[in-house]
Amino acid sequence: MHSVSMTVNNMVVSGDIEGRTLLVEFLRETLRLTGTHVGCDTSQCGACTVHVNGLSVKSCAMFAFQAEGTEVTTIEGVADGDKLHPMQEAFRTNHGLQCGFCTPGMVMTALALVNENPELTETDVRIGLEGNLCRCTGYQNIVKSILDGAKALRSQT
Amino acid sequence: MYDFTFHKPTKLDEAIALLKDADDGQAMAGGQTLIPVMKQRLTMPSDVIDLAGIKELQLISISSGIISIGAMVSHAVVARSHEIQSAIPALADLAGMIGDPHVRNRGTIGGAISNNDPAADYPAAVVGLNATIKTNKREIKADDFFLDIFETALEDNELVIEVNFPVPVAANYKKFPNPASRYALVGVMVSRGIDGVRVAVTGAGPSVFRALKMEAALNQSFAPQALEGLNIANDSLNTDLHASADYRAHLINVLTRRAVTAIA
Repeated sequence: MHSVSMTVNNMVVSGDIEGRTLLVEFLRETLRLTGTHVGCDTSQCGACTVHVNGLSVKSCAMFAFQAEGTEVTTIEGVADGDKLHPMQEAFRTNHGLQCGFCTPGMVMTALALVNENPELTETDVRIGLEGNLCRCTGYQNIVKSILDGAKALRSQT
Repeated sequence: MYDFTFHKPTKLDEAIALLKDADDGQAMAGGQTLIPVMKQRLTMPSDVIDLAGIKELQLISISSGIISIGAMVSHAVVARSHEIQSAIPALADLAGMIGDPHVRNRGTIGGAISNNDPAADYPAAVVGLNATIKTNKREIKADDFFLDIFETALEDNELVIEVNFPVPVAANYKKFPNPASRYALVGVMVSRGIDGVRVAVTGAGPSVFRALKMEAALNQSFAPQALEGLNIANDSLNTDLHASADYRAHLINVLTRRAVTAIA
């Protein structure tokens, strides 16, 4: 066991872990941040998507030690207290989720897409969602949600 | 997965020494293949040596018609690099077609070519653009680097440092992705350089290969019509649940013609 330290949702955190501990295991089991989900554990479904130094990554395909010293943002770090982030609000109003299992990964992916390109088109969103699977919605309302969320974020600034 | 000792050296020499000292050491680049493979226990290293702390592996530079990409440069960085987009747009395009956005943020060129997955995109770029691979021991020509399925010319304790791409006159990459995995069912890189035309095919055989008859035909006449009826012998191609060898042979011709049309 060795100590790892990083900043998660603006809080400096550390813990004693094994080399094989995945970032998602550190988040869920050590920090009890269970909003980040493990869907496939084979790096295909994107339910475990978080941001590391501002870039979207699959936290099941990264060791916690690889995140040493980085800034990690999870779904728990997105809302402002009880007030949903505009992207979360867009998923709610557009019915962009059914069972909700993939939603944390979808929202984190959406935020990474908007960070990279605030003027997202529908095609950008569909291509950008290649790494995230949803087995309920058929994606239509997720795409609508992200476009709506991007619009809300543009009007904020 | 089995436990192992994690190392994060900051110097290349240190990384090589750690590899030499380990019982069964494994260098890790982005880990986008290695970590899933370790979960399946297909590889069980005693030590994992993370190369992410080594700054000299993270550089992109351009000089005298050569683009050098450090082994640890991610696919996302190559895809977004304005320098690469203007010098070899086909290379930036190819990097932007690998996997998905999250994989592209972590996966690297050094890891991708060292792994030599038969359906990976980068081997087509390295061979199709006649790149040279610089390691800690030597320089290896693209044509000598990729040997067979998941097998390269790299020796024990030999690591890719950078890949040097000569800037071609023109190049284009066309890919028919497997709709589920986004790996190339077939991918074709066509380039025109000072040494003539190169056609490199990935996804279709056990490892990337050059379509030499197509290159000869295109050196005679660089037009899609030159490729009429020129098919790769299908006994050298993969047949699996995704596509038959015949289908892959057909795709090679179609994609090569499309790439030539895009350039011509």
